[in-house]
This record gives sequence, C-alpha cells and structure tokens, in this order.
Amino acid sequence: MWYLCMFFHRLLDYRKAEVESLAQLFLDGKDNWSSLEWRLPLHHHPDSPFHYVNLPSEDIARNIANRSILVKGIYEIWGEGSSYEELEECIRSYPDERKLPYLEPGTTFKITVDSFGKVISFQDQNDRIKRFTYIPFKGQVNLKNPDHKFWVMETDDYGSSNGLPPVEGRRIFFGREVGGANRSLLPTYQLKSRNYLGPTAMDAEMAFLMANQALATPGKLVYDPFVGTGSILVAAAHFGAMTMGADIDIRVVRDGRGPDCNVWSNFKQYGLPMPVGLLRADNNLPPWRPGLKESVLILFLVNPDSRLYAREADKIIRCLDVAVLLGHLKKLRGEMLVGFESQFPGSARGVDTTGVLLKSHAILSQFGVHAKVHEHVLNGLLSSWLGLGKVFDAIICDPPYGVRAGGRKSGGRKLLKGTVDPYTVPDDKRTDHIPSTGAYSLVECVHDLLDLAARMLIMGGRLVFFYPVLREDDNVENHFPEHPCFKLIATSEQILSSRYSRVLLTMVKISPYTEEIAEAARIKHIDFRENHLKWLEDGNLHSAVFSPDPQLTATGDSKLGKEPKPKYRGKYV
Amino acid sequence: MRLLTHNMLSSNIKGVSNGFPLRIEVEKVVEKQVDFNADFLRNMFPKIEWKAFVDAAKTVGYAELPEEVESSALESEEFLNKFHHALLELHLEEGALVCPETGRRFPVSKGIPNMLLHEDEV
Repeated sequence: MWYLCMFFHRLLDYRKAEVESLAQLFLDGKDNWSSLEWRLPLHHHPDSPFHYVNLPSEDIARNIANRSILVKGIYEIWGEGSSYEELEECIRSYPDERKLPYLEPGTTFKITVDSFGKVISFQDQNDRIKRFTYIPFKGQVNLKNPDHKFWVMETDDYGSSNGLPPVEGRRIFFGREVGGANRSLLPTYQLKSRNYLGPTAMDAEMAFLMANQALATPGKLVYDPFVGTGSILVAAAHFGAMTMGADIDIRVVRDGRGPDCNVWSNFKQYGLPMPVGLLRADNNLPPWRPGLKESVLILFLVNPDSRLYAREADKIIRCLDVAVLLGHLKKLRGEMLVGFESQFPGSARGVDTTGVLLKSHAILSQFGVHAKVHEHVLNGLLSSWLGLGKVFDAIICDPPYGVRAGGRKSGGRKLLKGTVDPYTVPDDKRTDHIPSTGAYSLVECVHDLLDLAARMLIMGGRLVFFYPVLREDDNVENHFPEHPCFKLIATSEQILSSRYSRVLLTMVKISPYTEEIAEAARIKHIDFRENHLKWLEDGNLHSAVFSPDPQLTATGDSKLGKEPKPKYRGKYV
Repeated sequence: MRLLTHNMLSSNIKGVSNGFPLRIEVEKVVEKQVDFNADFLRNMFPKIEWKAFVDAAKTVGYAELPEEVESSALESEEFLNKFHHALLELHLEEGALVCPETGRRFPVSKGIPNMLLHEDEV
C-alpha cells in the first residue's frame, strides 16, 4: 500500500537511504521483498519533503517511522488536491471501509494543520479544519492524547529561501498518521550533554543515522575500529546492539579524562549496556584471529577439482553441527542471494536455497561423498554463507581522513620514511617500550578497513563509514572505494565546507572472503609499506582543504573574489 | 577484557603462524553484572572457538563450562546462564595476553588489552 512519507527538511541525501535500511531491517526474512518503490507527488521536486512510498503493511510503516530520525511522519493519505474543493472530492471518493474504522464513536481524534515553506496563522488553521465537516467524525476531539491523528499538509509558494526550485502548483494532502520519528532522543544524546568528548566526536543525529544504516538491533555485534570516545557506538547501543571498539590511541580507550569521564562513562550516562570489548589495536595490523575455518568449504565447493580443499573440507565437515542450519535458513533472502548467484551462476534469482542445494549436491556427488556427509556439507556451506565463524554483524566508523584528525599506524615516522634502518628493541627495554607510530594515509586506511570488514563481517553484514570527497570535482559518484566482497547500496553526502564534503557509504557483504582476495590484500599491504611517502602525498586532503585559495591570494582582497556558496545543496538543485 | 574479546584475538607478530589462542596471565579478575540477552548468546555461540574459551575460563577461575558442547545445548537455560557468565561477566582487569609462539606479553591494564606491536614486530 502507498503511504505518504514526510521528511524533516534536512540531510536530504540521507532520508530515503534511512527508510530503505529500516525497511530491510523490519522486512528481513519476509517473502517477496526486494526493494522499496518510491513515487513523487504531482509537481514535486525530488528534494521535496513529500514522497510516496509503497510498504507492505501499516505495522511495517509504523515501525519504520518510529525508529527513524528523519521521517516526520508516515501517513495513509485519504485525499490530495490542488485546492480544497479538489481535496474534498478526493476524500469523499476514498473508500468508506478505509475511513470509517477511524471515525467511530468512542474514539478520540485530532486534526493538525501543517505546511511546508510558509506559516499559516492560527485563525487560518481553524478555518481550514472547519472545512472538513464533510468527513463524518463521530469521535471526541482530544488534543493531548488522541487515538487517531489527522493531518492537513499544504505546500505553497515558498520562494527560493530553502534552495528548492519554485513550486509549480499548490498541493494539499489530508491523511491519517501512522507513525513518526522520535526526535526527543536527540536532545538526550546531544554532544553538549556528553561527559567525555573528543575533537571528532560524532554528532548524535548522524550517529543514529549511521546506526540505522548498519541495521543495529538487539542480538547483533557492532564494531568500530576507530572508536575514539565511542560516540557512534552509543547510538548503536541505544538500538540494542552489543558493541565493540578499538583505537590506536591508548589514552582514549584506557584512560579518558578520569574515572567518570571515559568511553565507559558515556554508556553509563545513558543507562546503556557497556561495550563488550574495548582494546587498543592498529587497524593496519588487526589482531583478530583468522576465521578461515568456513571459507575452505566455500573454496571446496567453488573449486571442486581441488583435492586439497576436499580434504580440508572433510575435516571441517566432521566438526560441524546439523542443527545450526535450520534456524538461519529463513534469513537467507535478498542481498545474500546476489552472492549465491555470482558463485553459482546456475541458480537464478528467486530460486532461493533449493537451487544452491541441488548444485552443491551435484558437486559433492562427483566425489561420491557419503549421503550423510552431504547434509553436513550443505549445512556447513549455508552456515558459512551466513557467516557463522565470522564475528561482526556490522562495522560502523568515521575513519581519520587527515583533515581534522590524521590517522596513525604502527612503525615509526622515520622508519616508514626510510631515514632510519629497521632496528630491534633491546630485550631489557621491551617491557615498557612505547611503540612509535607514523602517519596513515587515507587510501591505505580505507583499504585496510575494507579488507578487515570483508574478513570479519557475516554474509549480508553491513559496513557503514564516512568517506571524504573534495567538492571541486562535482562528479563524486564514481570515486568511491570498491571491494569484490561488497556491494555499495547507499551514498549520502553531507557538505562540510566549501572545499569538501563527507559521504556516508553503506556497503553490504555479498561474497565470501577467499584466499585470492586475502593474497591481493597482502600484496597491497606491502606496496603501501614500501611506497609510504608516495601514498601519503597522493591522498593528502589536509592541504586541499586548508591551503589558501590561489585566486584570493592573487587579488589580495579576499572580499572581492568571494562568491557566496549556497549552504544547501541537494542532488538535483 | 571479557573472554569474548579474548576468543577473538590472536598474536599478529610478523612470522607468527599460529597466534591463537593467547595465554592469559591473571593479576586481577573482576565480575561485573551484565543483562542477560539470550539472542546475543545464540548469535555468538557458533562464533566461539570452544576449546580456547573453556581453557580461558579455567584460567580466570571458572571451571563450570562443559569441555565439549553441541548447539542443542542452547536450549538449556542452565547452560546459557553459564555461557553468559563466562562470556560477558568475567573481566580480566589487570594481567597480560601472551603469544603462544614467541612468549611476547600484550599487557592488559584497566581492562584494555594493548595489542599494538613494537617496531621490530611488524
């Protein structure tokens, strides 16, 4: 059914992505669901706050709206028109069986008049409400806590102050509210009330949006490899996820600013469960144990000719448990199927797991493997696709881009530059030795992040992170990092200054981490190490963002050459 | 540091081929109450290397876990409680994690393991 979704007029690029992610969250595992349909109201611009969205049920719509940050409301529209006369006609023809249940005696209701881009006086609001006498309201008015909320929403000529193109025609909507965002949690979590803050703590609203993109929910484990003061994990923990964080700076994770001013206290402050783990680690050399246990099975099934894999797979099969599979099978939908397809081209979309099972059976039969083992292998295959053995359900982070904070990695500055030769730390100084760190280029940082995510995320798990782009090259779409294990599903830009923006990238793991990918990553790792200086200069955003404008310095008068840049920029304006 | 974290960590010193599991040196272990969340436990269970987990729990003084376990055990509330306690409520507050191959100590202080490598280990 089509619902009208009205957004808050902010962070325009993030609005639909959030609703789509939440739809994924609430619809996961339900049949016949692939992606959301959107439609614009008549004469509306894509950046308008009004969008129609097709959702399978009112419960889903309510869940999405209530969990979201940017949805002002989702409404079942009873009528819309360019004038109140047209609206009346439309509402009258809306089927009674959809209307009457909400108009019954004994219920309470309220009508709110809202507008976009203009102010309607109290008197005018009342006049508008009085026009609706043709709707047979039988219930009582209750302004404080009504059972049913009705909304009249108008868009009119609002000039160009909000950056949108001029309105082509007035549009009025009348509808019943299904749900709306609970933005009251933003003042609670706002940074100025936070005990422990760092210079790059993530804004609360943005952190919640990131947690929504990552589908944070109870039972999941979410990891932030650049945890800092924990500002992103706080949002994930609010939605019930278990959290884990690492940082290369031991002062932040271990000490903070005192016993009641550290990462732990930020969670305590809001009564949230503490992170399950905090550690000091370098994302360049992550200390996680290899989870290769399951990928051998995949390799075996993808390369059935390899005797080595067959032997290894057989060892694993013996340790696997049949029962593990069943509970997880039902989750196998949508994005994961894309992964299946690429490995098993024979299984078309929508064939679900049966196709894969048959194909796998065929492969196994070539070996004449015992029927009982089949079952085990298939269980193992599916559970490994689903990421058992992989640890994290999502990785959310704001990597250091070298603009406000620069990244660091193991290996001293001079060591990385090659000005000193590699040395050995003397045995007597090992105990309290403080290892030195050197600059970490953005390119390498993002490469390491993708590699880590590919290794550690479950299938279908999400990687959500910010990526900076310079605004000079306006076509930012094609420059995002890529990885064979991931599919990019959302990009949302936030302008930070006239020079640069950051884009929130949401990626889904669709393909397993194979030995080929691991080997490519290892070679790349060595390249970064050997050409440290080159990479550091190539990806240097700091100078691009902070160097003086050559035009301004040439004229000598900063006011003359300055063109006011719009603070607002939508994708299409 | 909880045993969950321990179960995921390994020594990544250059040249070390099997850095898992890290041996635990205990100076101080504390217990902190954590809300019970069965969904999370079921989600984590298949990700745990059970033998390393049981050994680690013994090292920090908890010997109630079964040596071998199948996923059907997740139906038992008694097992879940033990699993929950060992996984989330026992904290290594002070001590060290020791690389099984090289004997290198990764110190744990204020509950935070310091996994950063020295210059000659990367």
